This record gives sequence, structure tokens and C-alpha cells, in this order.
Amino acid sequence: MSRPTQMNTGRRRFMMGAGALAAAATIPHALFAYTGSSSRLVVVILRGALDGLAAVPPYGDPDYASLHRELAIAAPGAADGALALNDTFALHPSLSFLHERFAARELVVFNAVASPYRDRSHFDGQNVLENGLTKPMGTADGWLNRALAAMPRGGGRLGRSAVAISQNVPLILRGEAAVISKSPQATPDVDEDLLARLADLYSHDDWFSARLSEALQTEKMVDGATVDTAGGSSAMSKESVKAAYPNRVGAVARMASELMRSDGGPEIAVIEASGWDTHANQGGAKGILATRLAGLDQGLKSLAEGLGPLWPQTAVLVVTEFGRTAAVNGTRGTDHGTGGCAFLVGGAVRGGQVIADWPSLSRAALLDNRDLKPTLDLRSVFKGVLDEHMHVDANTLAKRVFPDSGGARPLQGLIRA
Amino acid sequence: MPLAVNSPLAPSDQIFASLLAARDERQKMKQASSAESPDAKVLFNAIREAYQPHYRAQVLARAQSAALTTRPFAERLVHFWANHFAVSADKGVVFGLAGTLENEAIRPHVAGRFVDLLTAVEQHPAMIAFLDNQYSVGGDSTAARFASRFRRADTTQPKRQFGINENLAREILELHTLGVNGGYSQTDVTSFAQIITGWSIGGGKGRLAGGVPGRFYFRDNLHEPGPKVFLGKTYTEEGRRQGEAVLADLARRPETAKFIATKLVRHFVADNPPAAAVDRVSRAFLNSGGDLPQVYRALIESPESWDSAPRKFKTPEDFVFSTLRALNFSPAQPEEVIRTFDLLGQRQYTPGSPAGWPDTSKSWDGSDALMHRVLWASRVGAKYESGVEPTDLAAASLGSYARPETLTALRRAATSGQAVALLLMSPEFQRR
Repeated sequence: MSRPTQMNTGRRRFMMGAGALAAAATIPHALFAYTGSSSRLVVVILRGALDGLAAVPPYGDPDYASLHRELAIAAPGAADGALALNDTFALHPSLSFLHERFAARELVVFNAVASPYRDRSHFDGQNVLENGLTKPMGTADGWLNRALAAMPRGGGRLGRSAVAISQNVPLILRGEAAVISKSPQATPDVDEDLLARLADLYSHDDWFSARLSEALQTEKMVDGATVDTAGGSSAMSKESVKAAYPNRVGAVARMASELMRSDGGPEIAVIEASGWDTHANQGGAKGILATRLAGLDQGLKSLAEGLGPLWPQTAVLVVTEFGRTAAVNGTRGTDHGTGGCAFLVGGAVRGGQVIADWPSLSRAALLDNRDLKPTLDLRSVFKGVLDEHMHVDANTLAKRVFPDSGGARPLQGLIRA
Repeated sequence: MPLAVNSPLAPSDQIFASLLAARDERQKMKQASSAESPDAKVLFNAIREAYQPHYRAQVLARAQSAALTTRPFAERLVHFWANHFAVSADKGVVFGLAGTLENEAIRPHVAGRFVDLLTAVEQHPAMIAFLDNQYSVGGDSTAARFASRFRRADTTQPKRQFGINENLAREILELHTLGVNGGYSQTDVTSFAQIITGWSIGGGKGRLAGGVPGRFYFRDNLHEPGPKVFLGKTYTEEGRRQGEAVLADLARRPETAKFIATKLVRHFVADNPPAAAVDRVSRAFLNSGGDLPQVYRALIESPESWDSAPRKFKTPEDFVFSTLRALNFSPAQPEEVIRTFDLLGQRQYTPGSPAGWPDTSKSWDGSDALMHRVLWASRVGAKYESGVEPTDLAAASLGSYARPETLTALRRAATSGQAVALLLMSPEFQRR
């Protein structure tokens, strides 16, 4: 096992190598120094429960290969081997962009992490991931929406703007604060006269008139969006989206970056990607999950390229509802588990760290004899990012955004000073 | 409750057999050209080609049936149950089979007993394939024991772990019967998965040989033998009867009654289902032993169902089907239907998850979603050629719910097409 090189809030942090911390401190990121009000945040929700033991293989754990069997990723250096992070952990070979960002000290990898949810329902698990509570029901709004109102935007004012890159708003962004939604699918040719008449027809109905005016504002934003050199013009037809981006994550990532770069565009975006529920024929270095991970990796690359000059002030959180069983099931897949992985990537991130208080995969260490035991609460990560990156005050974080999260202290040191 | 249109839809076994044939064909082609086994992409394309015509025909028949049926409440119940027992066509093997679950397992039982509906669904090949049960193997099954002996004799064989896949068992409990808070544990999930090992599909090879291709087939050699404890009760039945006994018990439990009642009331009455209506429907479910007509009657007789204020924002499916009925239009081409639902974000038979499509307004009321509805309504209006006055359409489809300002807007519209678009996008048409 790796030797811990830094202690922080009781968590072991595995650094890239000796001196990495000192090196990070000397990189002239002060050039991009930003105040809280210029920071950007993207949350990527992977629905279906990503297998953390495939995405971040703990190749240094003696039980990994025997439990994950034909799904295990070979150690770095072997044929189709994983991409090394340190002498215990690596990244799946499909995650080459993320691996580059790790080397560039822009990626933090979390392992053995989970929300407070401890059962194995996708839908309840996603609710807890998004509602910020300890139980699946109990509120109709999401933690990111509750945090929006408390984010400083400069000049002593509060409140930032957010977009969901989909037709509808997912739970994490639902709530009192107004948010917009925009899918990559264009809505061209809507007759101006019809829209004007609809606005008139909706004037007696607050709910419809609010949505129509949001939609019209978003359309304006898209029309004014930066057209960048990569060819991602905003008025994308479905066909051109398909041609330009081989998978959906790329298309939504590009839409997010275009909106975030437009004048008066949103500073926070939520992206969703599904297809992680690999109960059968999951595959190893190649196969179904490998293809999905490559799509995610390319999507994150599109996001970074699309954000361009905004990247240095951006943090991207990649999370899923829970991990999967440590052992392979009877159909070359994995069933619903508990502890999993998460990523924090971006120019604003103090990267090059693997944060994992690794419980090991030994039989005695598994949760319920089957799952990786979580040792880090995802809310600690969320709180750390909202604190250091979005400057939400501690009291609001503890009381309003994540009630009953006293045991999950904000993780410090995730964002560059 | 058959489809309201006479569509020549192929049955699931025939569709599944065409898939198996396509797989074999591609495999042979691939082997003829090189020694390598076919890659995932080639297989995937073979599946799509074999499946595409069936998916298109099913989607078209569904829309036509919704447009033309003379029993719209029953048709809506079919859609409700299809979403309750959701399979998703974005899983390759399900693509051409998704509609067959609705037509073969749900339609025949929509006015029957819940236990029969449940059993038909869980033994339908589309559900078994969607939730991966066909290869789930008991660790002490004949097949597993044979393989372990065989492996000891021949060490050159690659190791293959035999075991269960708990996907179907978990979702039956969480999504189809008890509900997530229905009082079961991980031990119950694992035990139930053991109980339904062997619930498979006929027509495989080797260990999976036997059975009629594409039909439910109980594979005794994969089944974990012996009595098993589930929710505190010991089940001593043999073979497939053990799983059927568990389904019969699940269909009788109060947690199931409450869960189904809550979903029915949420779907037909309000996003926040009124407790009184849930209780009434739940009691009818329990007292009648899950006799569905009595359950529906309790729903209709609940005063909350007659509350005149609209409580629901239509899903894209509600919106499209109610538009077809309002305009008395039945689509003739599958592309029209497929493009429409792609545009509106509810691709038919493709909820993406076994939980089905969400059934509350908040999941559908994004500003971007509204723009897509406006776009579709304007296209429908542009194609509208009927001689019926838009205000008469409003009277026929909305009756007294049509607001004066909407009728004024329709009369002032620049064209009859624009008037139709305004009607479809009016708040009273968008809600129900």
C-alpha cells in the first residue's frame, strides 16, 4: 500500500510523488487569480451507479484481481493496463484525458466515497445524491439550487445563475432559485408571431409565462454564444450534433460550455449521463463500460476545450449514486454496491491528489460482505467545493444546503488558493 | 384489451428468433472472413437490423391505438402499467421486444388480477432480458456443479464464476411490488434472486440449449435447488413454482397495495397523491385480492378524482396522444411518431431505466421542454387542413375548461394553423 504523504482532516492523501505539493504551490496560477465571483462549477451526474473499481482500479490491493476477476483492469505497464496514479490506484485505460489532467495537477480522484445513502436502490440513491439530505424523501429541491442563492457574485451581492443541460431540470437544481434548462437539440424556426401571441396568452398564468420568458432568454443566450474554432456553432441541428460528437456526453458538454461562455451566461451547469448500470457483460479494458468511460472522457475534454479561457477558474465534479459489488456476479457484471469513486477536475482544482482512506478489499473489510466500504462522505467533497470554490458561507452550508451533515466536515485543499 | 388497430405485429418469440438468427448469420460471416470472433459493433448492428422494423411497427401501432380507441381509459391504463413495468429499448437486446411486453403481457391482463399481470410480466422474455435474469445461475445448480467438476479435470479451461445476478429480483421488489420502503433487506433480495434462478428464455446454445426460442423457459439446470427463506417465510416449492409462489405472496401484501395505489393516484389525480384516495384504492386492492377492475372503480369513485382543478402537467406522451385525439388524426408513418417523441424528449419504450418515466410535473416542466412543445405544436398547426374551426376543436377537446382569453386568441389568430398551435399550447390543454 502507498505511504500517506499528507494528512488532512484525518484523511490520507496519496500524492503523485514527493514534492508534488510544493511544486503545485509554485505554479504561477496566480496569473489566473480569480475572486469567488468569477468561479465556474459544472456537476456531472453519472446515473446508474458507475463501478468505481473499474474506473479507478486499486491495482495495488492484493484482493482486487481475485474479486474483480475478468473485469479487473491490469496493472499499469501490462497490456491494456491501467493508467497509474500512484502505487495503489490507477485510472481505467479509457480515461486518458483525465489522466493527463492528473499529471497537470488538475484532477483530484476520490475513492471509497459515498453519499450517506446505504441501501441499493438507484432511484433513492440518486435522490440522496441530489437532495443533500440523509434520506431519499423529505424535500422537493436540490442542494445545488439551495446553494445558488448563497453564492457571492461580487459587489457584496449574492446569487449565481445555473443551467441544466437537458429539456427538464434534474432534482439537484430544482428549487426556489430560478434556473434554466437547455438541451443540445436546437429549436429553430419557431415563429416569432406565435411566440408573441403565446406570451400574451400566458400573461394570466405565472407558471407558463415564467417558463416561456426563461426559454426566450436562453434562446438569446445561445444566439449570442461564442462560436469557437472547434466548429461548435450553437444552432446545432440534430444531425450536425451527431456528426460532430460521437456520443451524448460530448454534445451536452459542448452545449454547457457555449452557454457558460456567452454574455451573461450561467456560471453553473449540470450535465447528466446514463448507462452505468452494468449488471451483465461489463467488460474490462475493452467492452461496454470501457466504451462509456471513453465517451465520458471525451465529453470532459470537449467541456475543457469549449470553456477555453474559463477553464482556469472552473471545477468539474463527476459523481454517481453509489458503487458496485466488489466481486463479479454470475453474469460477468456487477450488482448494486456502496463505496465508489468521484472526480474533481478543472483549472481551479488543486489536483494531482488521490484522496482515499482505503479500507482494503479484504473479506473482513467489505461492507455486508460484498461492497467497498465508504470512508469519505460525498457531502464533505460538495461542502469543500462550495466553500473554497463558490464561497458559500459555512453556516448556510451546514444548515440550509446540507442539513444534518455535521459529521461530514468540508474537505479542505481541493481548490487552488 | 387488444390494440385498437389491426396491426400485423410479430410476436416476441418470432422477433427473438430473428435476433438469434441474425447473430448466427453475422457470426458465420465473420468467421468466414477471419478467425476472430465478431466484435461488439458488428453484433450490435445485426441486432439493430433485425429489430428495427419491429420497433417501428410497435411504436406506430401504439400511437394509432391511442388515437383511435373507443376505450381511452383502458388504453391509458395499459400505458400506466407499461410504465410501471418498464423495459427500455436502449438496451440492445430489448430494442425490438419492448412493445411486445405491453401487447402480450399487459394488454391481456389489464382488466384481470394483479397477480396474473405480475406473473405474465416477470416471465416475459423482454423483462427477463432487460433485467439480465436469463443467465443468472444458482451456485449449487446442476450447471455450476458440473462446471466445477469439469474445471478440476481440465485446467486449461478459463475460469468462469457461476452465480446469481440480482437485478430482476431487486427491481421486482423495489419497482413492481413492495416499493423501496416495503420492508425487505439485502438478504431478501439475494434469496429472491436464488429463487428465480432458471427463469430464462428458450433457444440458446450449450448450457442454454432447450426451450422454444424466444419464449419463457425454466432452466432446471441453472436453478438453485432446495427450500429458501424469503421475508421470513420458507418456500419449499420445486423449480419455477417457487418463484411463482413468491410472486403470489407479493401480490397480496399490504405494502404492494399501498405502492400500486399511490402510483395510480399520482398518475390519474395529482403529483402529491391525496391520502384519502390512496387509502381507498389500497383497501380495494387488498379486499379484492388485487382484482384490477375493483381497484380502478375505487379510483374513479374517489371524490379527489373529480376535483375540477387540473393537477397534472401533461407528459409529452399525454400531450401527443391528446393532440391526436383532439385533431382526430391517426399517424400513418412510424417516422412521424418517432421524430415527434425524440423532439419532445420521451422516446417511445425508452425510459432509460427500469423505474420508467417520472410521473410528476417537475420532471417535465423545463423551459427548454416548453420550447420543444411550441415547435411541435407549430408544425402540427402548419399541417392542419381539416375544415373544423379551431374554436370548435377547443370546445370539443376542452369543453368548459377553455378559458375566454384562449378562445379570443384562437379567433384572432393569423391562420387556422396558428390557432391550432395556440390551442395545443394553451395552459388548459397542457394540463390535465
